[in-house]
Amino acid sequence: MLKNNARQLTYLEALREAMQQKMRADNDVYLIGEDIAEYGGAFGVTVGMLEEFGSERIRNTPISEEAIIGIAAGSAITGMRPIAEIMFSDFITIAMDQIANQAAKICYMFGGKARVPMVIRTAGGGGTGAAAQHSQSLEAIVAHIPGLKVVMPSCPYDAKGLLISSINDDNPVIFIEHKLLYKNKKYTNSVPEEMYEIPLGKGDIKKGGSDISIVATSYMVQKSLEAAEKLSLEKGIDCEVVDIRTLKPLDIDIILNSIKKTGKLICVEEAPVFGGFMGEVVAQVSEKGFDWLDAPIKRVAGRNCPVPYSLVLEQEMIPGVERIEKGILDLLG
Amino acid sequence: MSKKLYKDVNGYKIEDRFTGLSNDLKIEMLRKMYEIRHFENEAEQFIIRGMIHGTCHLYTGEEATAVGAICAIQSDDYITSTHRGHGHCIAKGADLNIMMAELLGKKTGYSKGKGGSMHIADVRSGNLGANGVVGGSIGIATGGALTCKMKKNGKIVVCFFGDGAANQGIFHSSINIASIWDLPVVYLCENNVYGMSTSVKEAFNIKRISDRKYAYGIEGLTIDGNDLIEVFNTISYFAGRCRTGKGPVLVESLTYRWSGHSKSDAQVYRTREEIKEWKERDPIKRYREILISRKIITEKDDSDLEKEVMNKIQKASEFARESPFPDPSEVEDDVYA
Repeated sequence: MLKNNARQLTYLEALREAMQQKMRADNDVYLIGEDIAEYGGAFGVTVGMLEEFGSERIRNTPISEEAIIGIAAGSAITGMRPIAEIMFSDFITIAMDQIANQAAKICYMFGGKARVPMVIRTAGGGGTGAAAQHSQSLEAIVAHIPGLKVVMPSCPYDAKGLLISSINDDNPVIFIEHKLLYKNKKYTNSVPEEMYEIPLGKGDIKKGGSDISIVATSYMVQKSLEAAEKLSLEKGIDCEVVDIRTLKPLDIDIILNSIKKTGKLICVEEAPVFGGFMGEVVAQVSEKGFDWLDAPIKRVAGRNCPVPYSLVLEQEMIPGVERIEKGILDLLG
Repeated sequence: MSKKLYKDVNGYKIEDRFTGLSNDLKIEMLRKMYEIRHFENEAEQFIIRGMIHGTCHLYTGEEATAVGAICAIQSDDYITSTHRGHGHCIAKGADLNIMMAELLGKKTGYSKGKGGSMHIADVRSGNLGANGVVGGSIGIATGGALTCKMKKNGKIVVCFFGDGAANQGIFHSSINIASIWDLPVVYLCENNVYGMSTSVKEAFNIKRISDRKYAYGIEGLTIDGNDLIEVFNTISYFAGRCRTGKGPVLVESLTYRWSGHSKSDAQVYRTREEIKEWKERDPIKRYREILISRKIITEKDDSDLEKEVMNKIQKASEFARESPFPDPSEVEDDVYA
């Protein structure tokens, strides 16, 4: 990670800067989505972009998720590089034919003769009291579909570099942002002013350690780091935190290398545990790294229910620092 | 010189652009219709002989709509197609050998055997692809038109879809956006009377699908889709309108598919009389008779042309049959660009 720049940005500012810089550099890049113009996006990510780029390139749409993705895909095949914003990741289900049957498969169905360079930016995750239809973590659904790439940044530095790479990629990329990271000053970090890419398919060790490997995505990386810090202070346990950053392609090597060192793996994700993406991580580790494990793998993940409304219930459904800590302590015995 | 009027209908003064075309072009349109007809006949033979691994939807009987519409636009304009897409693909200029090879799942096919009949695309000729999902390409066509508008390249998109697709959500949301953004798309609804087995009478409570234009504040018309000249003149008129930035249109082309929905259709939902009636309105026969009566071709020219096309189809069939299958090792190629 580049450390020579002291400028601190929030996650949201880093995302916006990535889009602004790409749009200044490439006229084919444009934004399409709901309430992204004057309003600046439901979470404020595109604030100010209408003023700079105008309504031709900041394309505010009616509430039509299916058409947003279909139009983005059609424009991508014919030479544009759209960034489509789907306000809440829950709403990708409305556009699922266009994502799963069209955008994802066009390259393959047409024998590699068409490309679909598009990014679908969407806000995922819970913890906001928005309940069942505005809080889901649906990454496993999209990661399962061949032809899609899936990215989930956990911090501002990664958000900018991964978004630039996603825009430059010639495939449809589902870019899932976390609502609790957008404006959170606690998670700002140093973000270079210049454009830079973080390659898709490269994980990152967010904290080195020797006792146990924690593999996590998005907001759960931050929660894992907090749990690791507490356990270090309170119990002297040295956790390694591996942020996979992109689910697809998956950097399995960074996970295997970490396990070689620690011999123990705990996977943390916000989505319901049944059929969650970490099941794939666990399967690959058991196939390729079984010999290095000296304890059963553990998953700390969302409970198998929709995200509930009431704060006490929501906190029960979504893993927090305490549950991660407890998982680690259980695993270490 | 003012052009002659072809039809003044619903206030649209549609010019007769057909009459002024060269004889070569007029004959080319007949050739394209024959190519589609005989391509589909050969595909049907493949189905009967069990050579199609999967399914196949034949365009027989609807030839005038694809050929009339595609000959009315520029060669670098875009189209999007449907699961019943062979006709659009041929009319847009695809290579018959490569198409036929794709139907048989061969390595030499348009998609290297990965797409088959339902996913034929010839992106180079501006065909953005057949589509296995009913209505699936309406959004893609609209996006193609957005590219045309943003790049100011003067191109337009003709979006083919069936009556069945007109009841999908993507029809509504895409046409609405095309309308508010004035995108250059001709939404061309091929009303061939059935969405698989469901008659338009059961699926719509309006007389004309083109009447849905009022819901989007756009222009449009219903035409005889088995009359090549009517399709050509109407699409020429509306394509020209799109090209001048006046936004999308919705044209309904009334036609009929002669064969079943797919290879496994027992056709219990329609009568032989109905099929017979529509076959009497054969678009090829009607057009051929016009060309002969206007002395553009003779009976002999016509039968020579048809024989020439049949020959070409036989060669395409041979090419396809003799082509190699893809190697199993290629299965994960082209998932990503």
